Amino acid sequence: MYNIVSASFGEIFLKGKNRGNFEHQLVEQIKFALKEFKGITIYKDLGKVFIETTNIDDMDGIIQKTRKIFGIVSISPSIKVEKDPEKIYEKAVELFGYLKENQNIKTFKVNTKRGDKNFPIKSMDFSAEAGGKILAAFNDVSVDVHNPDAEILIDIKKSCYISSEKIKTVGGMPVGSCGKALLLLSGGIDSPVAGYMIAKRGVAVNAIYFHTYPFTSERANEKVKQLKERLEEYCGKIKLFSINILEIHKAIKEFCREDETTILARRFMMRIAERIARENSMEMLITGESLGQVASQTMKSMIVIENAIDMPILKPLIGMDKTEIIERAREIGTYETSILPYDDCCSVFAPSHPVINPKMDNIIKSESKLNVDELIEKCISTIEIL
Amino acid sequence: MEVYLDNSATTKVRSEVLKQIVDVNENYYGNPSSLHRMGLQIENKIQAARKSAAKVINAKTEEMYFTGGGTESNNIAIFGHLNNIDAKNNIITTKIEHPSVNNVFNNFKDKLEVRFVKSDNMGRVDLEDLAELIDENTLLISIMHVNNEIGIVQDLDKITKLVKDKNKSIKIHVDAVQSYGKIKIDVLKLNVDTLAFSSHKIHGPKGVGGLYIRSGLNLKSMIFGGGQEKSIRPGTENTPGIVGFGEACDLVYSDFKQENQKLRELKNLYAKRLTEEIDGIKINSSLDEDGAPHILNVSFKKVRGEVLVHYLEQKGIYVSTGSACSSKARNNRILDAINLDSDFVDGTIRISLGFFNSIEEVDYVVENIKLSVNDIRKIMK
Repeated sequence: MYNIVSASFGEIFLKGKNRGNFEHQLVEQIKFALKEFKGITIYKDLGKVFIETTNIDDMDGIIQKTRKIFGIVSISPSIKVEKDPEKIYEKAVELFGYLKENQNIKTFKVNTKRGDKNFPIKSMDFSAEAGGKILAAFNDVSVDVHNPDAEILIDIKKSCYISSEKIKTVGGMPVGSCGKALLLLSGGIDSPVAGYMIAKRGVAVNAIYFHTYPFTSERANEKVKQLKERLEEYCGKIKLFSINILEIHKAIKEFCREDETTILARRFMMRIAERIARENSMEMLITGESLGQVASQTMKSMIVIENAIDMPILKPLIGMDKTEIIERAREIGTYETSILPYDDCCSVFAPSHPVINPKMDNIIKSESKLNVDELIEKCISTIEIL
Repeated sequence: MEVYLDNSATTKVRSEVLKQIVDVNENYYGNPSSLHRMGLQIENKIQAARKSAAKVINAKTEEMYFTGGGTESNNIAIFGHLNNIDAKNNIITTKIEHPSVNNVFNNFKDKLEVRFVKSDNMGRVDLEDLAELIDENTLLISIMHVNNEIGIVQDLDKITKLVKDKNKSIKIHVDAVQSYGKIKIDVLKLNVDTLAFSSHKIHGPKGVGGLYIRSGLNLKSMIFGGGQEKSIRPGTENTPGIVGFGEACDLVYSDFKQENQKLRELKNLYAKRLTEEIDGIKINSSLDEDGAPHILNVSFKKVRGEVLVHYLEQKGIYVSTGSACSSKARNNRILDAINLDSDFVDGTIRISLGFFNSIEEVDYVVENIKLSVNDIRKIMK
């Protein structure tokens, strides 16, 4: 039935002069999300973006993918018609018949929006005429303008679009409209959610992943790659930097106190992440930290960890409970992958009693036993882009 | 250098077998149930494969049924035996069975009593305990011929005699997935009722296995369909797989003694070299006749088996581990059953040999295990 999807933007309207740029980004994002479909045309028509397909069998798939694109607040599956009143009436009746076949419809209304003011018939008159045609075609329905079972929307722009439903989508801002940041992505539940939330606010997200192969499995890399691919359905293309930090863990294990392992390792990760971010013109880091969740996420631990770098860190989950994060992860569709048993860090390197109130002086002292710069260089040389 | 030492997980298909699989796909793609000539041609090939599979265990051709693999065979047999049960009945198995038997037995726990026979530190079934467990209400005993993780070989001769002496009506099922084609089995002499085997452990294709059912025995059907394999495993036959399996059986049969001896020598050499060159090591497999020729289970103190697996994969050496490197509760039924010292459990790997392994690989493998173990120990200290 439908051959086109109209997409409405949310906050882009508020953005004044940047709007053109944002719209452009959104179109790019849609192209990326729908790359698997052939015969697709994407264009703008008076304030909305339209996704037209020559293959109407793809429609369900296109709707599923489009729902996940940040920056779109709602979509309507529609029928595109020439701006010829008779043809519009005909299609409106046809669409109504299609709806009636699938639902129990007794009442309806027609609503016309005339974006193109040159169209000769006024909205009210056009709605009335179209409603009349529907009444003539189906003798068991009546008009109810207040609480109709079905609503036929006729949107007259440069072309005419007929639809009957508005599907609410994820909202947010088009990815890339608000800068670039680097997500510290582990295989866990939290970090993919954090990336999702920041991307939703228009940030182009890339990711960095730390592992300790061969103390961890190559399957852990595959798991993180899967998480990245799931996030890409919302966030667009994500560059995933994978770094082996086994040398750092070996050095910490040899020269430092066991209970400081996590804090020291996190400081190294921050330094490496900051460097990769700067080298790739990203302005901030993103982590999945939630206050007090684990030893390295107490306030004191966070102070000591962040002290290692100058770059600001976005922590969108900071005030969320684990259950809330899990709920979000399920919605996004990352949860099932996150709970696979392949860890990014071997339990060999997890202290049995980690410090929860680390002292800056002690940590700096421990770190002075390590050749920080050399270890960072060594680890960065293992970089792989997944 | 690539050295594949995970042959108990699965094996590489031999080229002769591959040729047969391709030939069936290209030239004999008919359905054996079809009335026309193409149907007959492939039916004949399947019969030939059945004959080959029967020869390996000295069974009659009509006692052999092809299935979708070892797990399916174990399920068909156990469910098939237990068609008429009562809460007062009991069934007996060992604590070191493969999940495809262990989990089926556990599935029956709410319907009748499930008894587990004790085994010693090498995994050998305790015959005295078995004798005590058997009574007039025992319906079925399922015994794994060769354990997949440690390679212990059960004395089926003694076990079946003991069982049938105590109670003739008890049915005996043998999971022979790891022993079929590796250890001589003669079902004419053994008093077993059903015996499960698999193709991909002996350099045949995956997705094919079989079940020996002693003639005269009626198993209840589990799967219903078009009556193929005398309704024991209905469904259009996996013709390329079955013909390939038949070829693999022929190859096993042609040089059984020589091949068996080669595997045993290799296994013993690995055990000797590793014990000599690495401290803190324990060999968990029997090096005597009651150890399978192709399975060597080894534990290293202060090592994580999984980490060792990843170290070795970097050198192109593929072994396996039963125990996972994880902070979560470790769960290894088999190593628990043989009471392996907890210092050793985490550092356990399995080296399992096959047709393609050779003595030329031993230096390379031992050297790399040694280096890896030393390195891991330095880090874990």
